[in-house]
Amino acid sequence: MDWLRLPRRPPLGSEADRATFAALHTISQASPALREGLTASSAERAVKHLRTLLGTPAVALADTAGMLVWDGMGRHHAAQVTELIATTLELGDTGATTLECDRPGCRLRHAIATPLAIEDRVVGVLLAMSPGPTAGLLLATHEVALWVSGQLELANLDAERTRAMEAEVRALRAQISPHFIYNSLGAIASFVRTDPDRARDLLLEFADFTRYSFRSHGEFTTLAEELRSIERYLMLEQARFGDRLQVSLRIAPEVLPASVPFLCIQPLVENAVRHGLESVEGVGQLTITARDLGQECVVEVEDNGVGEDPDLVRRALAGDRSLDSVGLGNVDARLRNAFGDDYGLVVETAPGAGTKVIVRVPKFAPGVHP
Amino acid sequence: MIESWAALVGVVSVVVATLAIGTWSLRFSRTTSDFLVASRSVRPALNASAISGEYISAASFLGVAGLVLVFGAEMLWYPVGWTAGYLVLLVLVAAPLRRSGAYTLPDFAEARLESRTVRALCSLLVVVVGWLYLLPQFSGAGLTLRAAVGLPTWVGTTVVALVVLAGVAGGGMRSITFVQAFQYWLKLTALLIPAMVLLAVWVGDGATNPADIAPVGSAAGTDTSWSLPIGAGTQGLYATYSLIIATFLGTMGLPHVVVRFYTNPDGRAARRTTLVVLMMLAAFYLLPPIYGGLGRVYADRLGDLDQSDSLVLELPRVMLPGIGGEILTGLLTAGAFAAFLSTASGLTIAVAGVLGQDVTGRRFGRVRLSGISAFRVGACLAVVVPALLAFTTLEVGVARMVGLAFAVSASTFCPLLVLGIWWQGLTAPGAVAGLLVGGIGSGVAVVWTLFEISTTGWPAVLLGSPAAWSVPAAFLTMVVVSRATRGRTPAGTRRFLVRLHTPEVVPLDRG
Repeated sequence: MDWLRLPRRPPLGSEADRATFAALHTISQASPALREGLTASSAERAVKHLRTLLGTPAVALADTAGMLVWDGMGRHHAAQVTELIATTLELGDTGATTLECDRPGCRLRHAIATPLAIEDRVVGVLLAMSPGPTAGLLLATHEVALWVSGQLELANLDAERTRAMEAEVRALRAQISPHFIYNSLGAIASFVRTDPDRARDLLLEFADFTRYSFRSHGEFTTLAEELRSIERYLMLEQARFGDRLQVSLRIAPEVLPASVPFLCIQPLVENAVRHGLESVEGVGQLTITARDLGQECVVEVEDNGVGEDPDLVRRALAGDRSLDSVGLGNVDARLRNAFGDDYGLVVETAPGAGTKVIVRVPKFAPGVHP
Repeated sequence: MIESWAALVGVVSVVVATLAIGTWSLRFSRTTSDFLVASRSVRPALNASAISGEYISAASFLGVAGLVLVFGAEMLWYPVGWTAGYLVLLVLVAAPLRRSGAYTLPDFAEARLESRTVRALCSLLVVVVGWLYLLPQFSGAGLTLRAAVGLPTWVGTTVVALVVLAGVAGGGMRSITFVQAFQYWLKLTALLIPAMVLLAVWVGDGATNPADIAPVGSAAGTDTSWSLPIGAGTQGLYATYSLIIATFLGTMGLPHVVVRFYTNPDGRAARRTTLVVLMMLAAFYLLPPIYGGLGRVYADRLGDLDQSDSLVLELPRVMLPGIGGEILTGLLTAGAFAAFLSTASGLTIAVAGVLGQDVTGRRFGRVRLSGISAFRVGACLAVVVPALLAFTTLEVGVARMVGLAFAVSASTFCPLLVLGIWWQGLTAPGAVAGLLVGGIGSGVAVVWTLFEISTTGWPAVLLGSPAAWSVPAAFLTMVVVSRATRGRTPAGTRRFLVRLHTPEVVPLDRG
């Protein structure tokens, strides 16, 4: 009911207040574009707000490769500032130059260039063109450039976070390799003479398993695909452990088409086998349950192994990398990233009492599909 | 009471079997060799049985036969429409809906139009359609127990409501596909075997043609209008067309039908499933008219509108007095209870899911229920409201009530789905306007029919069968408002439509 209140908006205060509000508003409008980093399209969307902020007839943005965008009058001066951009990029310091012009009506006679930097690395230049040099404009350009640099730094952080997440998925793929590949090949080799058919089957399973795990496209997959890969993994592990590893699966077929982040259950199963069962004497029990809860699916991975200290698990979920819990924090982060904070991992464990990891995923979430 | 033990045994065994299968039907595997079986997707045949089992409600099992008995052959449009609805679903909606990844109709609306408002409106409509459809299931259950065992009406209603609530809220829905598939075959058997026996009796009695019998309630001699497919006059013609539109287009918007399609692994499987559903329903719907026809020959006294819904249950007793008739009635009662239970559970799950997500799962002050509690509270709401309504309104026949639910669904979700899937110009304001026009139009008609039966003439016909005007009105509103708000087409429309219409086997970046 905002429109009911519009006429009774409180007065905006003095002239100076209003100028401040206007400036803040312009800043907030330029910021989304700059948060994408310095590209031709983001520069184009941000530059007109920067010109409003500086109040000059023309403003331009350049990156290390050259001019990105020129906003305002006097575009024909673009060639004259090339050298100024180059020196600013090289020295990382504010510079100025005078502009020669014989065109009638063109008022631009002076250009100020200020470097834009991310962590002391110069990534671009902000240019402000004006009829003449003033100290105020110099100061304003400098401040605006500092602010733009701040935004670009944030954009850099965003990009780095995404890259880190992707790298972790890659690492998860790679992580499967050393122990598991060695052990599986060893187990398969032991069957080659005694049971060649089984050895052949296992080798094919191994091939399918690696193809899925090393696939490079797509952030999401279906629960069916993920479970199929887990089955292959368990088949190979059972070849190695024999009767020491007992697995039971209880799957409600209704949940199989649900979309889940790629490799989000498999690390949990691997954890259960490695930490839960390898170190335990006697038979290791592993149970994987997938249940249908209407709008949600619940997947539980349970083992009867040595269990873990809940505090350690809490630290692993919080992202402590010094611990040896394969991907627990990573899976948690990716689930939250895809479905929201309601859908983090739940781990029930205690020393000597086994471990149960519970994953909840909604059957539908906007933007999540394989 | 004592002689109706067969019916009681039937009811109890159906209830026990339903709850048992629901609780223990997770796929189970202990050895690696059947891992792949355990995680295989549901086959189209099984899924189709489940959809049919859930779809064949009290209206199909009891209502159609009664309507044919009272109003004659024009009522066959109900089963025809209920089946043909899947043809429209198959051609226009099945595969794209599956490829959209949506689980419920509100999910689809949100994914397609990127608007929370449309989502909220769709959630509201899902609840309305669900309640309208649940209402006749509950009142039909009361009727069945009264006819078969002689218990008061409220007993049957309460029993079905409680069993459904226990099954849904108590976790019996863990794997509902098997339960519903079982229910289809149970219902088919329960209707098929008595029909065969009764047909044999009819042939033994000399096979009188039902069309030659004097019409119910009138003393006139041979009147052939009973066996004609279209009612008398323009009003009858209008009502017939309205019924056809409602049933043909309403099926795709039924909340419990749509969620079943999610179980299919891909669009192709969704189409196959729909095809099998068509065949299964076609087979099933051959049976109720047999009861209608035989009822005309043997059971005139049931011709009152009040009692017509119990025709299927009474007929064996009338035609085969004694123990044989009782056993057949027991079988039919069991089948009817299976119909109430399966449709009501499916609807309750669908409505409770939407309520749990969009209503009871929200924050109220400081309290916020967790997923499962929100779902359970939603399930209680989903059952209690229509059950209470069932105690108050019993005047409207079961099939007619379901027909109104179809009309609301056809006037709201059909335009949304068809335009959303096949037209890239649909905008969120257009969808909202269309849903409002269709929903309010058909909603007013429903309320009128429920509480004001004394209207006669054209107003009664227009309000009693609203689909023929409310569906075109909703389509038109959606198109016109979408054209007027052309600038507000959602940003991801093209990408989304490409995903809807490209088969999964085509390698394509669907991001």
